[in-house]
Amino acid sequence: MSQKSTIPFGPQHPVFPEPIQLRLVLEDEKVVEALPAIGYCHRGLEKLAEKKDFLQDVYLIERICGICSFMHSMNYCQGIEELLGLPVPDRARFLRVIWAEVHRMHSHLLFLGLLADSFGYENLFMQCMRCREDILEVMELTAGNRILLTTCCIGGVRKDIPADQMDQILLALDRVGEQLVDLRNAFSNDYTVKKRLIGVGCLTAAQAHESGAVGPVAKACGVALDLRETGYAAYKELGFKTITETAGDSYARMMVRLRELDQCMELVRKAIQLLPAGPISTPFKGNPTGEVAARIEQPRGELLFFIKGNGTKNLERFRARTPTFANLAPLLQMLPGCQLADVPIIVISIDPCISCTER
Amino acid sequence: MKDKVRFDKSPWVVHFNCNSCNGCDIELLACLSPLYDLERFGIVHVGNPKHADVLVVTGSVNYRNARVLKNVYDQMPHPKVVVAMGVCAATGGVFRECYNVLGGVEKVVPVDVFVPGCPSRPEAMMDGILQAAAKLDEKRRNPDVPVAVSTDTVVRLPAPEAARPALPADTASALATPMEKIA
Repeated sequence: MSQKSTIPFGPQHPVFPEPIQLRLVLEDEKVVEALPAIGYCHRGLEKLAEKKDFLQDVYLIERICGICSFMHSMNYCQGIEELLGLPVPDRARFLRVIWAEVHRMHSHLLFLGLLADSFGYENLFMQCMRCREDILEVMELTAGNRILLTTCCIGGVRKDIPADQMDQILLALDRVGEQLVDLRNAFSNDYTVKKRLIGVGCLTAAQAHESGAVGPVAKACGVALDLRETGYAAYKELGFKTITETAGDSYARMMVRLRELDQCMELVRKAIQLLPAGPISTPFKGNPTGEVAARIEQPRGELLFFIKGNGTKNLERFRARTPTFANLAPLLQMLPGCQLADVPIIVISIDPCISCTER
Repeated sequence: MKDKVRFDKSPWVVHFNCNSCNGCDIELLACLSPLYDLERFGIVHVGNPKHADVLVVTGSVNYRNARVLKNVYDQMPHPKVVVAMGVCAATGGVFRECYNVLGGVEKVVPVDVFVPGCPSRPEAMMDGILQAAAKLDEKRRNPDVPVAVSTDTVVRLPAPEAARPALPADTASALATPMEKIA
């Protein structure tokens, strides 16, 4: 019986873009237990959201996370709209889908890049980042900013996308599509990728269900869990279908995102095609009253906001449960039994977003 | 910017995400991508603070990560420079009123270059890092420049009273006991 040793993994670690600590209990090179230590990124945003005006909160809540920022503001706006009983114009619903899917693409490409980087495939990381720049260009073109779009507002969207910009988006999607052919080839056929990902960090469907996995982590085990199926915004008209894989390992999680990229492009193209004319936002008066649980599918899984209004301009309670928080429990089930050298890959394969988790 | 950028040595960068929303971090990653390519100036992104000359900090300081930031800074060899990326690193930004946010990174480490923006654009980041690298050369050439040190007073500050929930009497008395006595 070998001696057990504990290794602090993080908070400052080359593979982590964000600070989280995993205390790994090792038996030689084998992980027997993993304990997360969080709080390095906690700001206290939920409390601040109660202090600020509910209109200002749109900008604050967008900054829960920089990677999936548009989804946060969209979910918050949808929640407040439900409280106010505010109808959203059709055009705004479609524009929201376009921005949301563009955001999902940039997030997934970033994930693929970071995953490649985590097993030392720097070339592939650079290819992914180059491909991602085309997406960021679209965001800058349509919203004026590369990361934080701030285009969503309560009652619709703040900005319209004119027809000439739509053409630019389609051209950018074509460019991305061309690059994705190479990326897909590398990710699905490359010897290094297969060797490092297949059979690493396995999770069964039962485990995923039990531990409450969401998003690509659940989808990679065959659990078809995607909130876009509920048809919020314009997903109903666009005919969305969840993508699943069955293996449940890191490779399957990567494949889900790779396949979702194609789906995102299809959704954006379809949304541009079906985009109705009309106003982009509904003016409103009054303050939100009552409580609502707003849900949305983020790149990483289900995002849940609980919003409670009391008829004043300040919210009584704002609570966010983000997908990475839900995916931490499955992560702790994947780690025991793996090699220490595989820990970075498994952690990155759930696409952790710590600033979301800790708010 | 000068026509030619030339440094004495190739400045290596270590990045620490303090309390950031990720916006600045992914823009820093974009700086490394082929479009911006920070490496053409000889700037390499490393994971080990002991290899690094430039510390890039994104996000504000909170009660938990102040100690980690200080550790990372103290491990870097002299001479070293610090770049505070984005408004959060400068003042706390949009989160400045949050109960767990102490403020900008200057409360813990001495900052040489502040880069504005929420998030900063990659062009601004590159400019900031290049300015920091020029400062690094300056520090290397003048050994008389006093060595800036990190501060540890802020790390020991208690959380503001208003943010703490009221504790039961016995818990409160236990917490009031100094740490050494408990240990």
